[in-house]
Amino acid sequence: MNRPFLIFVARHSVTIALSLMFLAPLVFLFLTSMMTSNQTFTTEIWPQSWHPENYATVFEKAPLLRYLLNTVMYAVLATIFMLLSSVPAAYGLAKLRWRGRNTTMVLIICLMMLPPQVSTIPMYLFWANAGLTGTLWPAILPLLAGDAFAIFLLRQFMVTIPDEYLDAAKVDGAGEWKTMFKVVLPMARPGIAAAAMFQFFYAWNDYYYPLLYTSENQDNWTVSLGIASFKYAHHVEWELVSAATMITMIPVIVLFFFAQKAFVQGVTLTGVKG
Amino acid sequence: MPTITGGAGRYRRRLTPYTFMIPALIGLGLFLFYPLLSSIWFSFHRMHLVNLTQPPDFIGLDNWKFFFEDPNVIRAAKNTLWFVVIMVPMRIVGALITALLLNQAKRSRGFYRTLFYLPALAPPVAATVAFVLLLKPGTGPVNTLLANIGIEGPLWFNDPLWAKPSLVLLGLWGIGDLMIIFVAALLDVPVELHEAAALDGAGVWQRFRYVTLPSISPVLQFAAITGVIGMLQYFTQAAVASSVASGAVTGGGGIANTFGYPSGSTFTYPLYLYVISFGPRGLLGYASVLSVVLFVVAVTFTLILLRRFRTFLR
Repeated sequence: MNRPFLIFVARHSVTIALSLMFLAPLVFLFLTSMMTSNQTFTTEIWPQSWHPENYATVFEKAPLLRYLLNTVMYAVLATIFMLLSSVPAAYGLAKLRWRGRNTTMVLIICLMMLPPQVSTIPMYLFWANAGLTGTLWPAILPLLAGDAFAIFLLRQFMVTIPDEYLDAAKVDGAGEWKTMFKVVLPMARPGIAAAAMFQFFYAWNDYYYPLLYTSENQDNWTVSLGIASFKYAHHVEWELVSAATMITMIPVIVLFFFAQKAFVQGVTLTGVKG
Repeated sequence: MPTITGGAGRYRRRLTPYTFMIPALIGLGLFLFYPLLSSIWFSFHRMHLVNLTQPPDFIGLDNWKFFFEDPNVIRAAKNTLWFVVIMVPMRIVGALITALLLNQAKRSRGFYRTLFYLPALAPPVAATVAFVLLLKPGTGPVNTLLANIGIEGPLWFNDPLWAKPSLVLLGLWGIGDLMIIFVAALLDVPVELHEAAALDGAGVWQRFRYVTLPSISPVLQFAAITGVIGMLQYFTQAAVASSVASGAVTGGGGIANTFGYPSGSTFTYPLYLYVISFGPRGLLGYASVLSVVLFVVAVTFTLILLRRFRTFLR
């Protein structure tokens, strides 16, 4: 065996070892979700017997279906609302000339970086006055007024689209809105896909806003809130918590594998500019 | 001389851009200016969450004076500072090492990238539950493994000394997002520079130190500043880890009872802000002081970021 081959093996062994470490938490979570309640309190890692019925039990012991439907509603509506409001804003910031554009851009970046806790009290009082605390609407409706991160991402993407395409459409008599819909939207599809995916994941994973607005009203809980607040009679039922946790991860994993291409495409297309 | 319709047309054209911006401009008003101005206003008042119908009571600078004497503020700020100083550099170094390893693996790069990125997308609550389970003191697999090689594992999330390092491990598991950015930056380092350095007899370390590092330094700085801003809002993992590890999980608002477990070691500034506002006492006026201070710190770092990276706006 020659030296380069040994180096190759050494290099890969580090990467492989690291891969195993990255996978271990997920694998262990899955194994625990298949155990009996008693075994979760032993040091044995491999299930003595397999109990996939834990995944059904969890739906009986907690209103998990309801939590899942609430989470889907939150994630889907948030994504649609975000696209409706943020795509035009990104177009305005990337392709139109108007007074105050740079200031607006700086303010949007500030808003993007702002910890959500900073605006929590005024916003909570605002939604309490509107009678919407206890529901997920205070987390969904703001997306109608744009999401700073999505506007930023989409704007960075649209800047890379050459103006010549837009000019060609305008020569043919298209107005700004028509130019956006007919020319820029089709070309910005990878960026829009990435922004939509980030928004969907953000809402699906969100814990802060559901905790803030719905913690008093269990009917409107999301899965994240449900898992974190799992009620235990005497002790933690780890096999059920693990099963519920696996269930929240599955949609994320599936969506990631399906949308990975659009996502990588978006990243590489913006990366060309450097 | 323009006709009247021509003038109106030009006027309309000049207004068109704003029609694109209406939602976003409303958003800036509603989510940036209104919360900031009203928080400043609230901070001079006594307000309680439990009786909001009662008009706020003007008390001048009392809330602000108390802020500088409040021992809990110092405790929470210290914990947050700990996360800024330890978590941010650890995550950057970890992501950089992973990215360097990934760049060595040529053919399997896509596979590894997917694998390392996946945990970053896991819901924070799910990831935290998984780590509490993994690091369970008595029977968790990590401590079992350590016991097998003769080491007595710590109590992790149940030990005031180890709770924060446990959260750092959780943070390291989710470095995938940083790693993706670093991989792209490493691919942009000109190969010629590496070749020239190698010809001059530079070793692997020297090439990393004098070629790679300077080339990717802007990306590292960007990650550092956004990392600090991220730590200023560190909430979910600390909240969930303490509630699950303490085992006394209750539904609804009761979760705030376990914040900081064990012994306040994971009690970060955002958690304190939440407890003050929405805990049993609901001191919204005083909490507004905490919000305004957090706002000032976050905006300071954002302005540093904007100064350093003007290309953002180009």
